[in-house]
Amino acid sequence: MKNQQILFYSKLFGSHEYSQLKEQVSEFKAAMNTNQRKRADAKVIINNLNFYYGRHHALKSVNMNILEKKITAFIGPSGCGKSTLLRTLNRMYQLYPSQVAQGEIMMDGANILDKKQDINILRAKMGMVFQKPTPFPMSIFDNVAFGVKLYESLNRCELMERVEWALQKAALWEEVKDKLNQSGMSLSGGQQQRLCIARTIAVRPEVVLLDEPTSALDPISTAHIEELIFQLKQDYTIVIVTHNMQQAARVSDFTAYMYLGKLVEFGETNTIFTRPKEKATEDYITGKFG
Amino acid sequence: MSKIISIAKLRKQQLLDQLFQKITWFFTVLVLVLLITLIGSLVVGGMPTIKAFGFGFLISSEWNPVTEKFGALVPIVGTLVTAIIALSIGIPVSFGIALFLTELSPLWLRRPFGTAIELLAGIPSIIYGMWGLFVFAPFFASTVQPWLWDTFGELSGIGFLFEGAFMGIGVLTAGIILAIMVIPFIAAVMRDVFEIVPSMLKESAYAFGATTWEVIWNVVLPYAKTGVIGGIMLGLGRALGETMAVTFVIGNAHQLHASLFMPGNSIASALANEFAEADGELYTSALIELGLILFFITFVVLACSKILLLQLKKREGATT
Amino acid sequence: MIPIYTRRRMINAMHLTFSILAMIFGLFWLFWILFILISKGLDGISVALFTEMTPAPGNTGGLLNAIIGSLMMVILATLIGTPVGILAGTYLAEFGQHGWLASATRFINDILLSAPSIVIGLFVYTVYVARVGHFSGWAGALALSMIVIPVVVRTTEDMLRLIPDSLREAAAALGAPPWKVVTLVTWRASEVGILTGVLLAIARISGETAPLLFTALNNQFWTIDMNQPMANLPVVIFQFAMSPYESWQELAWAGALLITLSVLGLNIIARFFLRKQTLLA
Repeated sequence: MKNQQILFYSKLFGSHEYSQLKEQVSEFKAAMNTNQRKRADAKVIINNLNFYYGRHHALKSVNMNILEKKITAFIGPSGCGKSTLLRTLNRMYQLYPSQVAQGEIMMDGANILDKKQDINILRAKMGMVFQKPTPFPMSIFDNVAFGVKLYESLNRCELMERVEWALQKAALWEEVKDKLNQSGMSLSGGQQQRLCIARTIAVRPEVVLLDEPTSALDPISTAHIEELIFQLKQDYTIVIVTHNMQQAARVSDFTAYMYLGKLVEFGETNTIFTRPKEKATEDYITGKFG
Repeated sequence: MSKIISIAKLRKQQLLDQLFQKITWFFTVLVLVLLITLIGSLVVGGMPTIKAFGFGFLISSEWNPVTEKFGALVPIVGTLVTAIIALSIGIPVSFGIALFLTELSPLWLRRPFGTAIELLAGIPSIIYGMWGLFVFAPFFASTVQPWLWDTFGELSGIGFLFEGAFMGIGVLTAGIILAIMVIPFIAAVMRDVFEIVPSMLKESAYAFGATTWEVIWNVVLPYAKTGVIGGIMLGLGRALGETMAVTFVIGNAHQLHASLFMPGNSIASALANEFAEADGELYTSALIELGLILFFITFVVLACSKILLLQLKKREGATT
Repeated sequence: MIPIYTRRRMINAMHLTFSILAMIFGLFWLFWILFILISKGLDGISVALFTEMTPAPGNTGGLLNAIIGSLMMVILATLIGTPVGILAGTYLAEFGQHGWLASATRFINDILLSAPSIVIGLFVYTVYVARVGHFSGWAGALALSMIVIPVVVRTTEDMLRLIPDSLREAAAALGAPPWKVVTLVTWRASEVGILTGVLLAIARISGETAPLLFTALNNQFWTIDMNQPMANLPVVIFQFAMSPYESWQELAWAGALLITLSVLGLNIIARFFLRKQTLLA
């Protein structure tokens, strides 16, 4: 927040005209207010995050708050670091030895990036859905039960209930209830992706990370998934990476525009799409660039 | 621009085309014929014993060139037992190696370690045999066999497997050396198929907080199962047909023992030891029939694995 | 949640430890075998090894006739097996594809590929040696070539399949007849891969003993007459190693080192080419 303030003041006394000043002061006050509010219900607070692929500096001092039970979208041209940012949230990058994150990501008062933070427990709290549907090579039932069985010892009956609950939530139950024993790979692409969402929420995570979840799907399946994401907001904090700006505008409450590893602008989706503060954001959104 | 292609030239090209295709066709048929003659010649060569002993050849353990009484039970059992020992050691170890090479090894060690395992596959089998006879067997007799006897010998149920003198050579030694020989084959195939598992699939299992082992066991292995089965079958085929390494260490005795410490015989080593010196039609024919049986066993293994893979593919195909 | 997790972590640690042990286990044998091979084999390496004939029991000598015999049979087997393998593999990949002949041959080829090499020796014995009435270098080369063929068929087909169809179409679109497309374009594009297959086949037959036992047999004397029983490294090693004479055993170790080095060398070269081909395709 301090950074934002400094940024703001430097802009304030920079090249801007006086007539805009008043408007900006009031905006600043409003922003301060939201920031105060944000602090209280922020689920994840990212402070000065830097990320490296070997020598390549992929994220540069990113600061951001992700609010509880809201949908936050990351947009930007490919290679801007939006997926990278998402993958630092559950430390997926750690599978690859050459990738390093520095900085602080606070969740529930603890730093996610801390070496002492147990990576598996962290991931159990952070569900993730990928670009392409990735059904595990097992039955539909086992796909959904996979994550649940890792951390909870439920009996067969409880497990069945949980699986049904998750499939209901993912609006897939009606379509698969008669073939739970069939391979997860037998479903269509859109169904597979909903299965992946079902198995993610079956473990009842606190945050759901979606990495371009509809990029491999047809428009109808995409609409299904978007509706689903919107409903999941009631229970989960959701972060979605998307290359589709309309999608960000449709589903998200907050939007972050990233470019070349930097967070260019972050704010409420309405504001970003109607009155972006930065020229770069505006260019990207209006399609002049990217 | 225009080109005039003469009819004659066109015809010549067509002729050459026909010729080339016919030549490749001819050699394909040749490969086909080769195998059919192979089977045919073995059947013809084995005919005298097939006629003389019939089905009894398979279940008789007598092998006496002097009285001309022959039975294949000892070498058949020896072949199967050594192959089973080889696989029961080889499969878990190969899996461990493949797991290490794909998931655990630091990047800079992956290539050298992988190449080292492949080198193990390149060593000619006769070298394994010599090493087994001159180096491994004495070590085995002085160290491992007493230990096995002390540990398991008194246990009822399996104790009988470790009875007898500590000679170093025998069925168990042959099985262990076969295991060392098949490990690189199975491990290399497993590593290759583990490596083509999409990283996004593995990541999505890791994203649940699954441990490395859980990802391997629940996701990577089922995803790669057809390849893994193929690799195991390759190893099994090699273990069944291996000649030289086994011949050096199995003991070449036509006796049936329950103990794995005792010398035995395998089909391939019986052939290697006796064929060149076999005299008498029936003796030669008995050995040829042994070869036919060995060929049949490896054929069955291969056919089974093909059918298995086909069914796996079909089951996945039907549901995709 | 926590007790389950502790258990899971323990299971994980257990299996990963096992995996590291498996790797050490595998490397252990390699180093042990290579160490023994080098330490025992180097003693026997001398000029005499390459200049003198195999000795009578108890005498000293070299392996010259065996080395020459092995070289001749391996070269001959490669010369017989390679063209057959390449042409049949070409038929499978380019012309037959889905016909009955191709699928039958593919299956048969897999059987040949996995057939025990001693059975192949047996086959050549019954159809050739038994008819002619004596062991010979020709029979040995024939047996070895039957091992070369399936390897070359398989790699040729696989390598040709790596070539994208667009390349064939591009050539055909220029008006090239099929046989020119194959010989000038697809063979050319996959030549490194096909060469790899041939090298791997040579590596494999260089160390083969079993099929030579009752085809080429052995010969204590110098001969380059392929119609005579012929000395060759693997069988000489086998015979000498199993003998009670120390000088023979020493020669066997030296020969073993020689074979292993050449086979491993061929393997390494083949792998290098293979990497090149897969990078190209």
